[in-house]
Amino acid sequence: MATLSFRNVKKTYAGNVAVIHGIDADVKDGEFIVIVGPSGCGKSTLMRMVAGLETVTSGEILIDDKVVNQLEPAERDIAMVFQNYALYPHMSVFDNMAYGLKIRKFSKEDIRQRVDAAAKILELDTLLDRRPRQLSGGQRQRVAMGRAIVREPKVFLFDEPLSNLDAKLRVAMRLEIMKLHRRLGTTSLYVTHDQVEAMTLAHRMIVMNQGVPEQIGTPMEVFEKPASIFVAGFIGSPPMNLITVTSSADGAVQTEDGVTLQIPADQIPDAVRGRSIILGIRPEHIALNTQGIAAEVEMIETLGSEQLLHARCGQSAVVVRCPTNVLAETAIKPGDQIHLGTDGRHALHWFDVETGRRVQ
Amino acid sequence: MVERRPWLDILAHIILLCGVALVAFPLYVTFVASTQTAQEVAAAPMSLIPGPHIVDNYTRALTSAGVGSMLYVSLIMALTIALGKIAISLLSAFAVVYFRFPGRMFFFWMIFVTLMLPVEVRIAPTYKVVADLGMLNSYAGLTLPLIASATATFLFRQFFLTVPDELVEAARIDGASPLRFFRDVLLPLSRTSIAALFVIQFIYGWNQYLWPLLITTQEDMYPVVIGIKRMISGGDSVTEWNITMATALLAMIPPVLVVILMQKWFVKGLVDTEK
Repeated sequence: MATLSFRNVKKTYAGNVAVIHGIDADVKDGEFIVIVGPSGCGKSTLMRMVAGLETVTSGEILIDDKVVNQLEPAERDIAMVFQNYALYPHMSVFDNMAYGLKIRKFSKEDIRQRVDAAAKILELDTLLDRRPRQLSGGQRQRVAMGRAIVREPKVFLFDEPLSNLDAKLRVAMRLEIMKLHRRLGTTSLYVTHDQVEAMTLAHRMIVMNQGVPEQIGTPMEVFEKPASIFVAGFIGSPPMNLITVTSSADGAVQTEDGVTLQIPADQIPDAVRGRSIILGIRPEHIALNTQGIAAEVEMIETLGSEQLLHARCGQSAVVVRCPTNVLAETAIKPGDQIHLGTDGRHALHWFDVETGRRVQ
Repeated sequence: MVERRPWLDILAHIILLCGVALVAFPLYVTFVASTQTAQEVAAAPMSLIPGPHIVDNYTRALTSAGVGSMLYVSLIMALTIALGKIAISLLSAFAVVYFRFPGRMFFFWMIFVTLMLPVEVRIAPTYKVVADLGMLNSYAGLTLPLIASATATFLFRQFFLTVPDELVEAARIDGASPLRFFRDVLLPLSRTSIAALFVIQFIYGWNQYLWPLLITTQEDMYPVVIGIKRMISGGDSVTEWNITMATALLAMIPPVLVVILMQKWFVKGLVDTEK
C-alpha cells in the first residue's frame, strides 16, 4: 500500500541523449497506472528508474512520500515482473518465489506459508517442484508474478509482462492480472506498447511519446478527449482519421482540396473558426448515409463482426468502421462510391496544426 | 548432408579404422611391454602377445620405483592447478563482466594478453621469482605460476555475457548482494562450463613437464611425468622398459578417469549452456 510520485523526473544518458524530458505524476494508493507508448518513448526507462535499475538524472521519485532516488532496488520495497520472466533457471518454482524472502531472512515456515498462498492464487500449487524450463510461457509468467506477490511490496512494476505470450494467452493473463490487482490492491505501474492492455487494465494511463507524457488520464478520458494528435493516433484501432481542413468564420469546413464537409455549426467550437486546423474523427463515428460527401472505396478489410472501409475522398484517405450487418444489406465493393457523414452523436476532435495539441 | 553412397561409407570407415589403429597400437605395445620381463621387451622383435608378469611389474613400479608417491604429487598438482584456475578465473570474469570500475577494459586486455605468454615463454623470470620466494621443491612452486589463466577467464567472461541482464536485475530487486548473486545464480548456471574446464585444466596440470623439471630437485616432489623420463636412463645403465611402460600406463589412468567420469558434463559444457 503506497503512493508513488514523480517530480519533474528527467533522464539523460551519457553524451547528452535525453530520453525523458520531465515527468510529473502522482499515483494514488492502490491505483493501477499503465504507461503506454511506442517503442523508444522512454516508458521502460521510466519504470526502471522507479525500480532503481537506472539512475535518475534530475527530479525526484517518491514512494510513500519518501525520496528513493539514492536507494538500492532492494531497499525500495518494490517488485518487478520482467518481459522475459527472468526466472532463475536452475531453481524450482518454489525456490524462485522464495529467493527474495530467503535473502531477507524470513523464517522457513513464513516462506512456505507465503509461497503456498501465492501459488494458490496463481494456480501454481502443483508446479512448485518444477524447473522454469518445464513450464509453458503462461506458467512462467505466473511464477514471475508469484515472485513479486510473495514479497508483499509497496509497488508492483510490470515491464511488458505479456508481450512474450501468444494472443490468446495474453487475453487470459490480462484478466488474471486484473483479478489479481482487485484482490491485492497493490499500487501498480504497468508498461506496455499495447493499447488494448492499457485501456483494459488501467485506472489511469500515461501516454508517452519521445520522453514526454502526452496525456495522463483515465482510459475513457484519453479515448474521448485525446490531448494531442499523437494520442489520437495512438489510442484506438484503427487510428483516428486526421484531416487537415480550413474552417471559415461562419463555420464552413473545407478540406485542402476543396471538398466542403457538412458539419453542424454547433459542433464547431469558436476557437476553431477562421483558421487552418486538423479535424479528427474516429472510424466508428463515421456514418454511411446518402447525404454525406462522396468518397471512393479503395479496399475493404473484413474482421468478422465488423468491416473496415478504406475510402478516398479527394486527397484524404478515410477509414470507416462499420458493423458487418450494415454492409450486408447494401453490398459494397472496392471502387464503389459511398457517402460519408458524421453520426452526429459523437464529438469531433480538433487539433492545432502547429502544436498538435487539442483545441476545445 | 545426407548422401547415400555405400562405397563412401566403406571408405570413411576404413580411414577411421586406420586412425584408430594409429592411435591405439602404441598404447597396445605399451601395455604388452608392461606385462613382460625386461629381457623379453629388449628382444627383437618384441612379442606382441601379453606376457604373464603383469602383477609383478605393476607392484614393482608402485613400490620400489616410487610411482605411488609420484602419482600423489601429480594428483595434488593437477587438482590444485585445475581448481585454482577455475576459482580465480570465475572471480576475475565476474569482476570484469559485472562491475564498472576504472580501467575495467584495460585489465581485461591485460589478462587477455597473457594468453601470449605461457609458462614456457616466461620461464626464466618466473623461475627467478619462484626461487627468490623460496618455493622450489614445494607444491606452491609447482602450481602457483600455472594457475593464473587467461583462457579460463575468457571462457567464463563469454559465458557470463550470455546470462540475461534481467537475471541480475531480478536478483538485485530480490535483494541479493553481488557475491550472493555470484554464489546463488552464476555458479549454478556455470557448472557445466566449470566441469568442462576442470577436465581440460586437470589434464593440462597432469601433463606438465618442463616446469616441474626446473623447480623440483628432490625425489619426493617429482610428478609422475618426470618420473617416466628419469626411468629411461641414458648411457651405460639398462632401462627397465617393462617397469617404465607400467608407469606410463599408470600415469594415464587418472586423466582417463577424469574424462570418463565427467564426460557427460564436459560435452554439455562445450555444447550448450543451460539458461
